[in-house]
Amino acid sequence: MKTLRVNHLLGIKDLQPEEIQLIFETADHFKEVINRPIKKVPSLRDITIANLFFENSTRTKLSFELAEKRLSADVVNFSSSSSSVNKGETLIDTVNNILAMKIDMVVMRHPNPGAAHFLSTRVNSRIVNAGDGTHEHPTQALLDAYSIREKTGDVAGKKVLIVGDILHSRVALSNIYCLQKLGAEVKVCGPSTLIPKYIKALNVEVEPDLIKGLNWCDVANMLRIQLERQGGGHAYFPSLREYTMMYGLNKERLDRLNKEITIMHPGPINRGVEITSDVADSDHSIILNQVENGVAIRMAVLYLLASKIERP
Amino acid sequence: MKPITILNSEQFALTIKRLCFQLIENHENFEESVIVGLQPRGVLLADRLAQSLREILKSPTISCGHLDITFYRDDFRRKEKPLEASPTNMNFTVEDKRVILVDDVLFTGRTIRSGLEALVDFGRPRSVELLVLIDRRFKRQIPVQADYVGRWVDSIAAQRVGVEWAESEGKDRVIMHTTDEQ
Repeated sequence: MKTLRVNHLLGIKDLQPEEIQLIFETADHFKEVINRPIKKVPSLRDITIANLFFENSTRTKLSFELAEKRLSADVVNFSSSSSSVNKGETLIDTVNNILAMKIDMVVMRHPNPGAAHFLSTRVNSRIVNAGDGTHEHPTQALLDAYSIREKTGDVAGKKVLIVGDILHSRVALSNIYCLQKLGAEVKVCGPSTLIPKYIKALNVEVEPDLIKGLNWCDVANMLRIQLERQGGGHAYFPSLREYTMMYGLNKERLDRLNKEITIMHPGPINRGVEITSDVADSDHSIILNQVENGVAIRMAVLYLLASKIERP
Repeated sequence: MKPITILNSEQFALTIKRLCFQLIENHENFEESVIVGLQPRGVLLADRLAQSLREILKSPTISCGHLDITFYRDDFRRKEKPLEASPTNMNFTVEDKRVILVDDVLFTGRTIRSGLEALVDFGRPRSVELLVLIDRRFKRQIPVQADYVGRWVDSIAAQRVGVEWAESEGKDRVIMHTTDEQ
């Protein structure tokens, strides 16, 4: 029988390809569960999970919460906007206070890279990283790769183009790790100001020309332009309009390709900026499949990690 | 120790046939009835029964589903490794149906308890019956009894009953091993 080697899900970097496959196989079963008339199983009924969101999130939080409830776990929610963090409490104090209430697992999003790792070395609870600054967002990468596997049969051998703000994107970094571990080829595409210098060290080629990139790839993952991380307006490119003209995906560009490609987006979409509505809503797009698969993947991660929690 | 044969291929075939006729006695043409095999080993028996019933009744419409009970088990986090799931394949609801739950070996009864819990997630059945190929009686930890039994076996805890299938092991038979460590 198979099991995860890691005790926490902090990043894709720590996972072996076999562990990713195990998560996928487990998610297959949960995908069947969430399509039943009664979409709930009792596996985690004696587990309590805290969702700590020190940064805004709608869909990730909703997806985790739904996954936890579908597994019958007890759930407590915390968001920094309505908490004592604003009164100057440190991360460790906040979390230790919550853990004193007998919490078995923590799902955390935090603006600082490495926050989940820091926590895992200091508290006695299973940690799932739901995004730490510009570092990693492992469950998003897992659900993206899972959606590619579902749509095209296998991830190995596929060519994936990641387009947009690579510099600020934890989704991009986790996706690169995940896709490469599963045997896919990855290129990134975007304005040179938004491509990090370390990208070469990851064995990822930069394709400055969107059309060439689209002609090369099987799957295009259109990242969101993160206006909130651009610091004082559009400092990384002259204007949104220019970005859209250079790197936006529209129907005309898609029609000019001599093949069909799969379109992904981690959400939330800036419609008309990185992708137009007719493309986002077309048959090529698997954006809503990604959302559905997110619940199944998170159920699988929580189930596999929870099974390693020792009983009192 | 050499394994003891409980059912050889001929006895195996006869027993399946007998179980089919017992089912027909109670369920007639199976219009209101469905067969549900428990994963991983009960589904082979369920498929075999459904196939035989279709041949005997000349009715191709007998419903047969596969139900996985992994996420309903009561030993989650009590084993070293995570419990590994198998596919569930239920393309019907059991609402107001007469369900025949099928497993290969009835031992402690815990699998059946989990199976009953999993089953109600697919609707409220009118009734549920239990069919097993082998009943290891006197070993129950939960008050569960079968309605249809292929063969009763008296065994001690160190013995293991193995149901082998032509589809997976090459031959239909039921054997009992005695493990050395005790």
